[in-house]
Amino acid sequence: MKNDNKTPTLDRRGFLKASVATGLAASSPFFIQNAFAKGETFRNAPKAGAKTITLGFNVPQTGAYADEGADELRAFKLAVKHLNGEGDGGMMNTFKPSALKGNGVLGKKVAFVTGDTQTKSDAARASAKRMIEKDGVLMISGGSSSGVAIAVQGLCQEMGTMFMAGLTHSNDTTGKDKRRYGFRHFFNAKMTGSALGPVLKEEMGTDRKAYHLTSDYTWGWTQEESIKETTEGLGWKTVKTVKTPVGAGDFSQYITPILNSGADTLILNHYGKDMINSLTQSVQFGLRDKQVNGKNFEIIVPLYSRLMAQGAGKNLQGILGTTNWNWALTDEGSKAFVKSFGKEYGNPPSQAAHTCYVQTLLYANACEVAGTFYPPEVIKALEGFKFDGMGNGKTEYRAEDHQCFKDVLVVRGNEKPTSQFDLLKIVKQVPRSAVEYDAKIFGGDLGPYKV
Amino acid sequence: MDAILIQILNGLDKGGAYALIALGLTLTFGTLGVVNFAHGALFMLGAFCAVLFNKLLTFSTKVKDESITFFDAYKEQPYLELWFGDLGTTIIDYSVPLSILFAIPVMLLIGVIMERGLIKHFYKREHADQILVTFGLAIVIQEIIRHFFGANPIPMPPPEIVSGSAPLGAMLGLNENLVYPWWRLIYLAFSLLIIGAVFAFLKFTTFGMVVRAGMADRETVELLGINVQKRFTIVFGIATVVAGLAGVMYAPILPPDYHMGMDFLVLSFVVVVVGGMGSLGGAVLAGFMLGLLQSFASMNEVKSILPGIDQIIIYLVAVVILLVRPRGLMGREGVFED
Repeated sequence: MKNDNKTPTLDRRGFLKASVATGLAASSPFFIQNAFAKGETFRNAPKAGAKTITLGFNVPQTGAYADEGADELRAFKLAVKHLNGEGDGGMMNTFKPSALKGNGVLGKKVAFVTGDTQTKSDAARASAKRMIEKDGVLMISGGSSSGVAIAVQGLCQEMGTMFMAGLTHSNDTTGKDKRRYGFRHFFNAKMTGSALGPVLKEEMGTDRKAYHLTSDYTWGWTQEESIKETTEGLGWKTVKTVKTPVGAGDFSQYITPILNSGADTLILNHYGKDMINSLTQSVQFGLRDKQVNGKNFEIIVPLYSRLMAQGAGKNLQGILGTTNWNWALTDEGSKAFVKSFGKEYGNPPSQAAHTCYVQTLLYANACEVAGTFYPPEVIKALEGFKFDGMGNGKTEYRAEDHQCFKDVLVVRGNEKPTSQFDLLKIVKQVPRSAVEYDAKIFGGDLGPYKV
Repeated sequence: MDAILIQILNGLDKGGAYALIALGLTLTFGTLGVVNFAHGALFMLGAFCAVLFNKLLTFSTKVKDESITFFDAYKEQPYLELWFGDLGTTIIDYSVPLSILFAIPVMLLIGVIMERGLIKHFYKREHADQILVTFGLAIVIQEIIRHFFGANPIPMPPPEIVSGSAPLGAMLGLNENLVYPWWRLIYLAFSLLIIGAVFAFLKFTTFGMVVRAGMADRETVELLGINVQKRFTIVFGIATVVAGLAGVMYAPILPPDYHMGMDFLVLSFVVVVVGGMGSLGGAVLAGFMLGLLQSFASMNEVKSILPGIDQIIIYLVAVVILLVRPRGLMGREGVFED
């Protein structure tokens, strides 16, 4: 007979059942969260059964950097082609360790949308926002200005979308403005200073008086700071630093005061159109023919690009600077990329194109390694990732600041070009160890993985 | 002393460009009553006449670039060099001054087409409409140029013989280190020549006399049976040519890009307003004056006292002049006043 008045007791079986049930109930949020996290709950997660994913390429299609942007776009298109298993594969054949299979990313074909940054921070942010909200992109990449990169990187952090920066050289991008969702393959002003220092000492000695003309925005400021630190470390004196508005056009009003300043070296912290104009006009004002303090007057352009060299023509011949990559490198990765890009477009790629191509492949590889598009996992796959075969030798994405560390090229405007593209001559390949620095010196905070 | 001389020269050649553009603007405004915001684009088109002419002279055949082994690349060998050897090279070297001959008819044609095709429909419309349509036109011209020539500045070197600097110090018995770019000196002389030619044309020819009379009192001149409109159309063409020539000769100073006109347009409008709307002499005077002011304001000695003054000096002076003389330096009563 059943005793209905029996006080409830917990037997061994009941205890076990209750424990399992409670355990399951208690842990279900984690199960559910992780399952969703890898599949559905993050912004623009591919829907079940989706055959494609979309990437956003946000480059300057108008404005002063439009030609650079056009080359970046060519590289992005080539990268997408290679990721989808079309063409000759380019650097996918030399990149190691690689999880890329040539069948898209995680089995999904790669599609892309493009946007125009106009080299303006507000336009770039608006374009990136449209890509994230309307086009559903999983990752944004592009350049070519540090002001733009920092603005878009900040937006991507807020919206939980990956940002693989294109050409950006300011220390701030992976310094005080670094973000967990942002990664930079390109080198920076600090590395330029470290690479250039020994060459300047060797070629120009330790007794120089430098005058800086500097673009008045984040990139110019940090480059001036880094180069000044380097040259003053060599024993050079800084006569004056003058900020110039971006897109000033006629720089003669900034150049004429240099003539009687007592300086024997001009450092042009200018890029793109500004650099072409300021250099051309400096040469016209006879600065390169001048003798000051018993020395030949010298001009230094710390950041070079082949596209700029094309614009500056023979004025750039003999002038020292640094670059992230050059098409004339003979490692297997560079050769494969130049061959593939040249076959496609009839021109060798610029350094801007190179960094954009590499960034796209690195993002795709990180997704394959993580086994998901979920950004925190992709970020973890990129942090500390060491790779080779991408044109810069052994490279590492430093986890502390998301800055890539690799060799830096010191170059000189080629005085005897052997071809129309042979505009930069490599003076020295400075090893990574010589340009490394402590991530803490620039401050900043990466922020959280989950937003 | 050297520094002062350099700043004077720098101010004068910059002022020369401002004066040439402002002169064209004033001619258009004084004759047709149109505020032409596309005038900066005409300056840019002039610079691109130099670029286009250079491209025509360097029209090339493609020769396989054997030095590129990774892919099929080609380099260009100009036909002129193939056909005429050193003479061809010399002609290409002189492409900028030679392009003046090319720019004059091209710019004249552009000016007449622009006036007949578009501007004439806006004579009786409000100034705001004229500004909108000419500004729109400027953007269209810019984008066309960007489409065909790209966005990067295109270097246009002056002839080799004047690509360096003039030893001004040695020539004037001053410090031997004192040099100034030959081409900028040529530009200054050229701008003075063009300004002189325009004034002489208006002052000493019958055509010029009618135009001046028309600018002063159009109705009376028309009552005399003179077709003022036809002459004003030609004046618009001349203003276009002046802006174009200013652009052609400026190409070696500032590598042309599609946006260069806009940079000059705003300053030139300030020059016109300071000089006095409709006053040709005022435009020239204000052009040189503001060029000089800008040059001196950029000296480190001045900037150390007033940081950033070089960026605002022109606008600051414009405000002061307009407060003291609301019609500008040489403005006449009744112009642009309802």
